[in-house]
Amino acid sequence: MTALNKKLLRDLWRMRGQLITVALVVACGIATYVTMRGSYESIAKAQREYYAKYRFADVFASLKRAPNSLEVSIRAIPGVSSVQTRIVVEVTLDVPGLQEPALGRILSIPERGSPALNDLCLRRGRSIEPGRRDEVLVSEAFANANHLDAGATIGAVINGRWEPLRIVGIALSPEYVYEIRGAEVFPDNRRFGVFWMSREALAPAFNMEGGFNDLSVSLSPGGSEAEVISRLDNLLEPYGGLGAYGRADQVSNRFLSDEIVQDRITGIFIPAIFLAVAAFLIHVVLSRLVHTQRTAIGLLKAFGFSDMSVGLHYLGFALAAVVLGALLGVPLGIWLGRGLSRVYQDFFRFPELRFAPTLNMIVSAVAISGGAACFGALSALRSVAALPPAEAMRPEAPARFRPGFAERLGFQRFVSLSARMILRNIERRPWKAMLSILGLAFAGAILIVGFYFYDAIEYLVRVEFQRAAREDVGITFNEPQESSARYSVEKLPGVLRSEPFRVVAARLRFEHRSHRVGIQGLSEERDLRRIVDQNLRVIDLPPEGIVLSTSLAQILGVSPGDTLTVEVLEGQRPVRPVVVTGTVEDLIGTSAYMDIHALNRLMREGETISGAFLEVDSLVAARLYSFLKRTPAVSGVNVREAMLQSFRDTVAQSLGISTGALIAFACVIAFGIVYNGALIALSERAHELASLRVLGFTRTEIGWMLLGEQAILAGVSIPLGFLLGYGICALLVYAMQSELYRMPLIVTTRTYAFACITVTLASVISGLLIAQKLRKLDLVAVLKARE
Amino acid sequence: MPDTVFHVRKVSKVYRMGEVEVHALRNVDLELFPGEFVVLLGPSGSGKSTLLNILGGLDVPTSGEVFYLDHNLTAAGPAELTRYRREHVGFVFQFYNLIPSLTAYENTALVTEIAENPLDPRECLRLVGLEERLNHFPAQMSGGEQQRVAIARAIAKRPEVLLCDEPTGALDYPTGKLVLEVLERVNRELGTITVIITHNVVIAEMADRVIRISSGEIIDIHKNEKKTAPSEMTW
Repeated sequence: MTALNKKLLRDLWRMRGQLITVALVVACGIATYVTMRGSYESIAKAQREYYAKYRFADVFASLKRAPNSLEVSIRAIPGVSSVQTRIVVEVTLDVPGLQEPALGRILSIPERGSPALNDLCLRRGRSIEPGRRDEVLVSEAFANANHLDAGATIGAVINGRWEPLRIVGIALSPEYVYEIRGAEVFPDNRRFGVFWMSREALAPAFNMEGGFNDLSVSLSPGGSEAEVISRLDNLLEPYGGLGAYGRADQVSNRFLSDEIVQDRITGIFIPAIFLAVAAFLIHVVLSRLVHTQRTAIGLLKAFGFSDMSVGLHYLGFALAAVVLGALLGVPLGIWLGRGLSRVYQDFFRFPELRFAPTLNMIVSAVAISGGAACFGALSALRSVAALPPAEAMRPEAPARFRPGFAERLGFQRFVSLSARMILRNIERRPWKAMLSILGLAFAGAILIVGFYFYDAIEYLVRVEFQRAAREDVGITFNEPQESSARYSVEKLPGVLRSEPFRVVAARLRFEHRSHRVGIQGLSEERDLRRIVDQNLRVIDLPPEGIVLSTSLAQILGVSPGDTLTVEVLEGQRPVRPVVVTGTVEDLIGTSAYMDIHALNRLMREGETISGAFLEVDSLVAARLYSFLKRTPAVSGVNVREAMLQSFRDTVAQSLGISTGALIAFACVIAFGIVYNGALIALSERAHELASLRVLGFTRTEIGWMLLGEQAILAGVSIPLGFLLGYGICALLVYAMQSELYRMPLIVTTRTYAFACITVTLASVISGLLIAQKLRKLDLVAVLKARE
Repeated sequence: MPDTVFHVRKVSKVYRMGEVEVHALRNVDLELFPGEFVVLLGPSGSGKSTLLNILGGLDVPTSGEVFYLDHNLTAAGPAELTRYRREHVGFVFQFYNLIPSLTAYENTALVTEIAENPLDPRECLRLVGLEERLNHFPAQMSGGEQQRVAIARAIAKRPEVLLCDEPTGALDYPTGKLVLEVLERVNRELGTITVIITHNVVIAEMADRVIRISSGEIIDIHKNEKKTAPSEMTW
């Protein structure tokens, strides 16, 4: 080992505290990169492979009923490669151990062989046997949530009759990677499950013999999705087609793809913050090191070492931080990535989702951090190269100070001398102070973003579950009923009152734009179910016209007063102009609301309802549930409290790991900045502070003079961190808004307080560590030594 | 004989430098009296700085006792020594050690913030002849000026004793003389006991008493019958 390398090792050992704090920040950068980039790559790869291997379809369509003979015409559409027709029905389930009824979606599969599209991946048990009519396969998410396995029996109302279904296998499908019902956002795997049954068994039970009500299509290479969709719609219209759609509108794929895009964005953004902070820390630490070792640098150069070799020697510190950071960050990133994968596995069901970081990705993580470190080291290295040996060996001129900005305005009378020292130290290096503040502000901002998700979710719950949906139970009939059905419902056990609703599938069209929605017709009472915007305002529904989600209005390009065309996709399929009477800034989905009577008039039907919202006496709820489980006319039952519970569980599970990591990482940043800032201040001012001790100042007094600077920087950073955090949240809200949901931009005082306390604590702890070093100040040496 | 202010009795100081024991002071006995100007003379490593540090409450002896009036400095803990320095001792260092971020006035005023009965900082700076340089920062002043600010700072709290470690060591001849004149004036006008460490024998001529130290022992205490004014000294 060369002497220069020995010196490097000893310097590193001497500066181990600084080295470790910088390496920790680098480690966070590498870990977040490995975790997020790795998750992104793993999920994107799993999606690609899953879709290819199990033949995920390209275009999907539902309809009322069409004869099997239509399949020939569909196959003949140019651009269509293969077609799979099937029967899809929704049924009420009685799940062992679950009080309220659950919803099952049963999909038909060929009795022999595998489906041409959307093939199943059998996880446990076996496939259904030909001729065995009661056998089903069940989705893994539902099976796991309800502890069901092959051999279990589950009750379902099929064709108005109570039928036991025997589970023979547990399966996955590329269509249900994200398994949610209808227009919900989070899965409720206990109360919604997908089942596969032989077509021969399912068809007779639902009067579908010789026909189908759902189909999937794959495109041939070069086939145009838009063209195929348009032709399919024409073909299916007479058969009650509800409008074909591509992968982009397929719910599971859409959630999955949104998630992948978000992972890609955060996988760049978050690591960038850490690496920027690491570069900054390397800059300050190395600049100071070069400063204190001026004489040594001059000596080395005088001995004939080249600028290059001396420069590389000091670059060694930056590179050591990267090496240590990588040694820590890569395994940490892999560990976190595995944890995140497990969380993903609960939301997104893949045959195989393995967090498998590639060597390529790890190498690039380390290379990027190396680049950031070198960038941070740049100015220090430049000053090493620029230092002429003779000058380096002379002592440096004393630091130049001048009265601060506030003092030039004449405010110095109000500031104590020790405060003046602190302020002038800050003003002497304004860039360093600003970067420290910015770094600390980022730590605060990261904390705010971490907690923001809880705030947003809580707010969403308030809007959706407490202000808008106030019913205890919502039931949906399997066929629209006359409005008098409402009175039959009110006679059910435990029902205190009811509010009917009508839902109609329709395509809204304005100019060349169109969108498929379920128009919700709400009753004039609107007490159990209301329309609430994101500011918790209750929106009124006029007796005529349609009210749209702002997001839907944007998609269609309409504003209140415009007239759009409603093409109803069921019943008589009327096409009517309807005036947009208002928009509502809501949080979930793209909704369209009408008064129930106006909707009935539009449908040219009498007083018809699709279901009802119920207020239920909780004491007899169990009796109501068991009654509903066996009521053939009811195809869906939603229990608000249960949905809310499941929603909260899901959220807690998914946010726990990421929030925990963010808190830890933000602390590392705050700690790293304050610790290094104070340590450098101590090294710069040790002489000054020791002189003050000799003059009779106590350790506490000089402690304040030293740490006051860091305290001010941290203090200033906190409100800035609030702003920055709020800004990042706003950016996230903007980036993550989709048709599926919009995050409310709500950051609570509690979140601000928590961020403030955490940054303060991290700063105080690192300050105390530095204060310990003040004990070791050598007072006697000060009398003799020149600074 | 006037009352003794400092009473040093059989003081020894042993440093352990790795494996080696260094006897910095051996059985030193010394008394200092009110208002006197003392020069400690001796070569490097003779122990004079160690003695000054012990008198100033920066260090404690290995054996023996040091009294400041009725305070036993040998029995005092770190907090008590800090209070002792804060209330009674003024220090002047060889390299001034001013706070670079404070002006001349503020460097002086800083000490008055922690003293019970301080002088007006302006008055102190006038005493050292720097009333025109109040608002200058250390980087804007010459070495001699900085040292005079350091003296102003040291006397601002009205210390009973002013300890100066090679106060002219870093200064050229005319500047050094100027600083010595200031010290002499402070001693004369404020009556502060002044102890100066130097190895410049000429400076000894301005002292009331000259104490010679060699190898940790006081080898001679000499009383000047007639003090020479700094302006008349040459070296």
